[in-house]
Amino acid sequence: MKKALKRIALVIALGAVALWLVLGANRGWTKTSVAVVTVDEVTGLEGRVYKNRFLPGLDFLGVALAGAGVLALSSVFISSRKQAQS
Amino acid sequence: MKKILCSLSIMSVICGGTLAAPQDFDFKDPKGVNVAVFKLDAPLEAVNGSANAISGTVTFDPEDPAKTKGRIVVAASSLHVPNPTMKQHLQGDQWMDVKKYPEITFETKELKNAKTSANLTTAEAVGTLTIHGVTKEVTVPVKLTYLKDKLGMRVPNQKGDLLVIRANFPISRKAFGINPNAPEDKVSDTIDLTLSIAGAAPRS
Repeated sequence: MKKALKRIALVIALGAVALWLVLGANRGWTKTSVAVVTVDEVTGLEGRVYKNRFLPGLDFLGVALAGAGVLALSSVFISSRKQAQS
Repeated sequence: MKKILCSLSIMSVICGGTLAAPQDFDFKDPKGVNVAVFKLDAPLEAVNGSANAISGTVTFDPEDPAKTKGRIVVAASSLHVPNPTMKQHLQGDQWMDVKKYPEITFETKELKNAKTSANLTTAEAVGTLTIHGVTKEVTVPVKLTYLKDKLGMRVPNQKGDLLVIRANFPISRKAFGINPNAPEDKVSDTIDLTLSIAGAAPRS
């Protein structure tokens, strides 16, 4: 149980970091849409079109790492409780 | 007969010249390029978004751009930021309260210091800006570009002119009652607004 929880925590932490890196290492807030700037040929105006795209930010990374940390800590807590009972 | 036709054509040219009148430009934008961009500084990342549901009418006289008058309306429900939680807060009752205040409007009273060079006019538009139900008189630097006979390039088989308006100016968040209690170390009081819009005046 202790090992399983630690492994899950590791998978969550590494997975979150990998996802954050692969999707652009956005150092801002998590976004679910991204602005694409378009230029109108006739007027020269720069328009904005939002395209749906998940871009994890530092808040996503923080929550994932905090969750992994809680799991890892709980594994220690569970094992020490078991040891105390026995 | 030739003389009559000749004088008729001369008259039509003269009349055409004298009949040059202010044109009404409709800013409802079927191509979706009209945009109002807003930006507020914040610690982690600037709050940067836009609104694109823009409408309104501007009366512009190419012979006398200083007499330009009009009203531009932005639908508050079209305010968008890429973070969904932030968007919910932005449109909610603490910030823009878009259900209660569905429109952001700017109505010009006059154009000051208008300077025209070729098809470009720069001026200071004095008018009333209404955001979040609060109306303030503001002076906004504007650039007007008159594109004669260019409507056909956007809308096939449609004759007419285009008017492009660009403006960039700051406003105070607190002055317009937009979440005045939000601390400035979390989000700035200054909102930087940029308006880039084009209107059409069709001719039959």
